[in-house]
Amino acid sequence: MQLLFDTQQLVNNIQHWLAGTCELYHLPPCLVVTCIAIAVALALIGGFISVNAMMVVLAERKIAGYMQDRLGPMRVGPYGILQTAADAVKLLLKENIVPKIADKWVFFLAPVVVMSPAVMAYVVLPWSPGLIVCDLNLGVVYLMAVGSIGVIGIIMAGWSSGNKYSLLGGIRSSAQIVSYELAMSLAVIGVLMLAGSLKMSDIIGAQQDCWYIIKQPLAFILFIIAATAECNRAPFDLPEAESELIAGFHTEYGGIKFAMFFLAEYANMFVASAVCATLFLGGWNGIPGLPMILPPIVWFLLKTYLIVFLFIWFRWTYPRIRVDQLMGFGWKVLLPLAFLNIGLTGLVMVLI
Amino acid sequence: MSEVQELIVNMGPQHPSTHGVLRLIVHLDGEVVTRVIPDLGYLHRGLEKLAENKTYAQFLPVTDRLDYLAAISNNLAYCLAVEKLLGLDVPKRASYIRVILAELTRIVSHLVWLATHALDLGAFTPFLYCFRERELLLDIFEMYCGSRLTTTAFRIGGVPKDIDSQIKQKIEEFVKIFPSKMNEYEALLTNNKIWLERTMNVGIISAEDAINYSLSGPCVRGSGVEWDIRRAEPYCVYNELDFDIPTGRGVGDTYDRYLVRLEEMRQSNRMIKQAFEKMPEGNLMADDPRVVPPTRDNVQTRIESLIHHFHIMAEGFNPPVGEVYQAIEAPKGELGFYIISDGSPKPYRMKIRVPSFANLQAIEKMCENGMMLADVVAIIGTLDIVLGEIDR
Amino acid sequence: MKLLADYMWVVLFMGLGMLFVFGGYITSWLIRPSKPSSKKLFTYECGEVPVGSSWVQFNIRYYLFALIFVIFDVEVAFLFPWAVVFKELGLVAFVEMMIFMAILLVGLLYAWRKGILKWM
Repeated sequence: MQLLFDTQQLVNNIQHWLAGTCELYHLPPCLVVTCIAIAVALALIGGFISVNAMMVVLAERKIAGYMQDRLGPMRVGPYGILQTAADAVKLLLKENIVPKIADKWVFFLAPVVVMSPAVMAYVVLPWSPGLIVCDLNLGVVYLMAVGSIGVIGIIMAGWSSGNKYSLLGGIRSSAQIVSYELAMSLAVIGVLMLAGSLKMSDIIGAQQDCWYIIKQPLAFILFIIAATAECNRAPFDLPEAESELIAGFHTEYGGIKFAMFFLAEYANMFVASAVCATLFLGGWNGIPGLPMILPPIVWFLLKTYLIVFLFIWFRWTYPRIRVDQLMGFGWKVLLPLAFLNIGLTGLVMVLI
Repeated sequence: MSEVQELIVNMGPQHPSTHGVLRLIVHLDGEVVTRVIPDLGYLHRGLEKLAENKTYAQFLPVTDRLDYLAAISNNLAYCLAVEKLLGLDVPKRASYIRVILAELTRIVSHLVWLATHALDLGAFTPFLYCFRERELLLDIFEMYCGSRLTTTAFRIGGVPKDIDSQIKQKIEEFVKIFPSKMNEYEALLTNNKIWLERTMNVGIISAEDAINYSLSGPCVRGSGVEWDIRRAEPYCVYNELDFDIPTGRGVGDTYDRYLVRLEEMRQSNRMIKQAFEKMPEGNLMADDPRVVPPTRDNVQTRIESLIHHFHIMAEGFNPPVGEVYQAIEAPKGELGFYIISDGSPKPYRMKIRVPSFANLQAIEKMCENGMMLADVVAIIGTLDIVLGEIDR
Repeated sequence: MKLLADYMWVVLFMGLGMLFVFGGYITSWLIRPSKPSSKKLFTYECGEVPVGSSWVQFNIRYYLFALIFVIFDVEVAFLFPWAVVFKELGLVAFVEMMIFMAILLVGLLYAWRKGILKWM
């Protein structure tokens, strides 16, 4: 089991097997073999990302259904579990429409700029001990950096469409990132002060005895709010605000290009949840003081999906905030609170 | 410094939150609205002209298509206007049935308003909660008159059908559970911080302006004016029922109108309860053979009745020459029919005074003082317009 | 060398993300229908022909926010290394950083009082 989930191990194993095959057919090994091994590993992770995003979409629709006294999708497959797959096929089959006045290249590349960072964030997600694509020593900073690239894609999409609603959506998106990026980074600083490292595995290791949600409750709340805003999830879904801006930045996008925005949104949501679970809920650790009943990866996924559920819950409970209130809230409430959190954490640490 | 231009955006006719085919031309400075110009007529069917070519009875089903969310109110206003023209006395029991159904319609209309208003502001869940209760009411309408939306529930001179024990039981069940359902909506909205932020001080209109713009219904009551036609010029049996007129906090903003409509639903619920207690036995149709067709039994067994029925149906009836105006307090405000009769079976001219049309005028005023694009959506929602009656 | 290998993964994942999108584009390109018409290529403006261009110069209203953001983002960049070694440095580092933060916070307060933190 452990073997199967360990990417490094997996790469090595495949390398080994391929080396044997190469020898059999008298091919030059090393480079070709390594490349193939990496490609296989990437394909596995790529598969996980897309399947997982689809599952989260389905979960969202099902949970929303049950919250609203209805059943959600029920037609495609038993209990509608194939609904998102059917949607994906439908979107693949849609005609490609690019508005005449759009800036074609920017329009074409925007989904790439949104999707790539969402995938890049998976590099540092710590699934279980040893099972992490690459435990970068700058883990958290890397996440913050990658997390804010996506917004450039949204602005590109909004501007290049040549549509006024898209433009407004793109502008809102940048306003949002400007306000919430800070609160998010500052909330994380509190955790880093306690952990003393930027590496994901070190931060999880530091939480063996006590999850940081207990030591840093304020930071947790700030982080959740800011993460909701960064993922453009309701009540902060202003860039797409369907009742105001029709579909916001992706009004002019259809078919596969739209599907990419959609997939990226859910991939991002999963990343944000995973980061939250890692920083505040102890990552792959079990509940402190209790015997570890489940394998670490199950713990990690459990906590991540718990946060995903929280995001879904927010979305179906709250009305949408207005753009000036969004900025006001970010700058006048979250930012001072985040500074307060750093000050308090430092003070307590110095005194004790 | 280079010139800063305004962005001109079309909102509608195909927009998720313009409640039908309303088109607004919005001038934006950034996200702040500098000017809003409503553009109407996408749903114009010429109903008023149509009325001139139909007999009085034939026009009744057309009134369903005015405010299609509250068809029974339209039926009521039209029937009352024609009855006034004819000088007809409607039996007490029929009036009570009319009041019960009209108040249920008010609840239906307000439920749709609450649902869509919340949806416009991004809250999806109240939408489905409201439609859940609306479904119960539409089922009741279906039991009463066989149709859910375009009801044609009344007849000139009375009501076609009694509220039998089955329907009564259904309504009473609804009246009993409805307050607890209201609490569910309120739990999601009334004290929700984001909801308060989005509705308070948005779309303010003062009492004076509200009157000058000829607003009516919850829109004028939300500004603190205690004006309700059910109280001011009682029709049907409203003078026998006890109800309060909510006026909100007196600010005249979107939140006030929200509170007013919620309270109106509670008051309607209360009125229905009272109406059942006070409802007397009696006839359902007025006693006037010129207007009221004979019963089906008679038509099928007696030739005189058959001829009589045919006369009324084919030729209509001849009201006296004259002009009448009769208004009711429809869910959205003052709904009035102004009929000019030249003594022929068809109206010479009919003017329909619809609440949404007057209420929509205020949108420009409400969007002043630096409202933002998101507020325009809230203001459209709070005006509770239906394009069916604006464009007629 | 280890560092380089680590960041090779980052580059690979960037490639994976692009592969995702371009793979999708190509698959879709192979199987989708194409029936363009001039009406389809209008931008969507609620079913009306758009009035004027959307690329006009207009007030985006949060320019000053963006400026303050840059200042604070730089501060955050300073805070990250400080937070990591905070445990070892102790009181001195704490006091120093508090002074640094206080200076910036006074700036924020000033902006607040001046009414810049308002969507004008």
